[in-house]
Amino acid sequence: MVETGHFALVLALALSMVQAIVPIAGSHRNDARLMAVGGPAAVTAFALVAVSFAALVVAYAQSDFSVLNVVENSHSQKPFIYKLTGAWGNHEGSMLLWVLILTFFGALVAAFGRNLPPTLKANVIAVQGMIGVAFLLFIVLTSNPFTRLLPAPMEGQDLNPVLQDIGLAIHPPLLYLGYVGFSVCFAFAVAALIEGRIDAAWARWVRPWTLAAWMFLTGGIAMGSYWAYYELGWGGYWFWDPVENASFMPWLAGTALLHSAIVMEKRSALKIWTLLLAILTFSLSLLGTFLVRSGVLTSVHAFATDPTRGVFILGILVIFIGGSLTLFALRAQSLTAGGLFQPISREGALVLNNLFLTTATATVFVGTLYPLFVEAVFGDKISVGAPFFNLTFGPLMLPLLAIVPFGPLLAWKRGDLAGAGQRLLAAFGAALLTVLAVLLFVDSASVLAALGTGLAVWVMLGAVTDLALKAGWPRVSAAVGVRRLAGLPRSVFGTALAHFGLGVTLLGIVGVGAFEQEAIHSSKPGDRIEIAGYALTFQGINQVAGPNYVEDQGHFALSRGDAALGTIMSSKRLYTARGMPTTEAGIRTLGVSQLYVSLGDPGEDGSIVVRVWWKPLVTLIWGGALAMMIAGAISLSDRRLRVGAPSKRWKQPTVVAAE
Amino acid sequence: MDKLQTAGSLSALVLAIVLAVAAPAFAVQPDEVLADPALEARARAISAELRCLVCQNQSIDDSDADLARDLRVLVRERLLAGDTDQEVIDYIVARYGEFVLLRPTFGTRNALLWGAPLLILLGGGVYLLLRGRGAAPAGPRPLSPEEAEKVAALLRKGE
Repeated sequence: MVETGHFALVLALALSMVQAIVPIAGSHRNDARLMAVGGPAAVTAFALVAVSFAALVVAYAQSDFSVLNVVENSHSQKPFIYKLTGAWGNHEGSMLLWVLILTFFGALVAAFGRNLPPTLKANVIAVQGMIGVAFLLFIVLTSNPFTRLLPAPMEGQDLNPVLQDIGLAIHPPLLYLGYVGFSVCFAFAVAALIEGRIDAAWARWVRPWTLAAWMFLTGGIAMGSYWAYYELGWGGYWFWDPVENASFMPWLAGTALLHSAIVMEKRSALKIWTLLLAILTFSLSLLGTFLVRSGVLTSVHAFATDPTRGVFILGILVIFIGGSLTLFALRAQSLTAGGLFQPISREGALVLNNLFLTTATATVFVGTLYPLFVEAVFGDKISVGAPFFNLTFGPLMLPLLAIVPFGPLLAWKRGDLAGAGQRLLAAFGAALLTVLAVLLFVDSASVLAALGTGLAVWVMLGAVTDLALKAGWPRVSAAVGVRRLAGLPRSVFGTALAHFGLGVTLLGIVGVGAFEQEAIHSSKPGDRIEIAGYALTFQGINQVAGPNYVEDQGHFALSRGDAALGTIMSSKRLYTARGMPTTEAGIRTLGVSQLYVSLGDPGEDGSIVVRVWWKPLVTLIWGGALAMMIAGAISLSDRRLRVGAPSKRWKQPTVVAAE
Repeated sequence: MDKLQTAGSLSALVLAIVLAVAAPAFAVQPDEVLADPALEARARAISAELRCLVCQNQSIDDSDADLARDLRVLVRERLLAGDTDQEVIDYIVARYGEFVLLRPTFGTRNALLWGAPLLILLGGGVYLLLRGRGAAPAGPRPLSPEEAEKVAALLRKGE
């Protein structure tokens, strides 16, 4: 089975080479037979990588310790689900997952691209094939997960305990679906440059792929954030760590792409910019892969000590980013610009959105790479951490969030700012009242916290206003309004829900940032800890044995006033195979807020350090992200995107009448 | 190092942070907390700006490492001795170098770092303004003299 997987992987590499060369040659010679090779090659390459991936998962499921990768990352006593997820909880396996998803998208283009012009389809599939060749070569030459180990040891070294979590089952696949999904946009962009032709139909084909990738990336980042929150034991949800930034940059650029592609589809404007963004977004995904996989982040010197893998990915990076940007520089000027518009218009608002998102992306980019730059040029080590990003990224987001409600209310081409402002008056008034209410009625609220809450309410109500206006409210009766609402295209709901979710996330960030409370106590059984109106009574600690760990469980009785609210259990685990400790925080969700309890060091007198946080509104951070993800799915189900065929659309112009 | 770089970006982060942790302890310990709440609040704010040197991208306020604890205690000692916030930070930087600062200084060496966001925003904004002014359609283009002559000729013919 293992050899089958290895063989399938090499075969997939060979097939990807065919996929990378033959269709593009066909499109060059205008030979339909050569172009038609691309589709089946892409589908078969996916099937082969899937076989290879399945072989690795089976090796993990069976704890086959004759495979080096399994020995290093698994253990026979590990719960079954973590045996499976452990297959991609390591460098080699995660790269295989990366390629699996890449070939999956290649196969999707082949399967769903029936409406595409044959030359465009051939070129897109060929570019996908080229990326596949690069990364399959990388796996086969530097990161083979199927390396055997003889004689096979009796037991494995276990997976890192932190990764023995359901988060590993969900987070990497979602994240990679997002990261790698942007490869399709990249392939479309490069194909358009090769053909030297780009039009509104191109944008309509690219939009669903962008939307899908963005949706998965949103989910992946949010899931990772929640995982870090509950696993690391001190309740942080975002650290501005370079590894996080590596996934955040493609998200920011992808969000910009999502918006500029709308302008291109509807108004044929921003063509060249959209093309560039499509290239940059996937380039940032590649950069993220490089940063995480090469070890360059720890230090330039750490990178230099074992450079094989790092240099290989750097090579991939240079070829694809350099190649596509060169092609862009050569060809972009020949593309015709179109669609003039006034500064105050839907296009104008979306351009402003792109300006701020691009600047934010660049800020994260510079902040993440600057320590490397300083170390390489000046030989000094500096740190760029959360305080820097809060000071630069934060102020960039404020104006962007403030203009979000205006965008959907402005007309294409020439908008009426005063009119839009008038229609947003109710939302603005409500936001203003929120600011006042927070200042007056919430203890210890700073002006900044009040303004942040108001901004969140503004963004949320702006989205609601957009929907209400499109339904004709308040001019029509409620019944007519509801009927009209039901008749709106789904993409309108998608837009509104995504913007609403953005406001919800902001509310969570402001809530936990401004109103978090913390209590640190050295506690003995019977001690009471009071926080945010709740009281926790420490009941004591007992030891429990898990499948591959021993656990100290601390129990706390929760009450508010006279009402008992059950118990919270917080624990510390020691994983026996690696002798590594983890903390398992006790979390109780109360409304949308959470109480977060962590156990610390035991003292000599039988006490133990207990840290309790009150995290007001914290669940909204991920709730908002979930809303954005659902919004992406709703938009994706819009008829226009599903149909995706320009010819059909031209025959039935009524389908797109709204918006 | 490769074992640290596991699937998914955040899992790698989670790992890196946990591996950097010497013992399963918590950041600020009860015995470190200063009696004066105002002074303690200042200590916490300063701690969030200082890097735990042996950790990967963690502040001494969040870190459980012994070195982070030493630094936290040092910060509090300096505050008790009557130092201002800036004096405390300078004291630590003098001993541990600029690497300890999570927010780099505003020096010439870091000019590009701090300047980049503003430069890009302003540059992009100015470019858009100029282009917008150039491209904004100010109604139909006025006729050239030859075209005006042609129109006049056609009109005369029609009469």
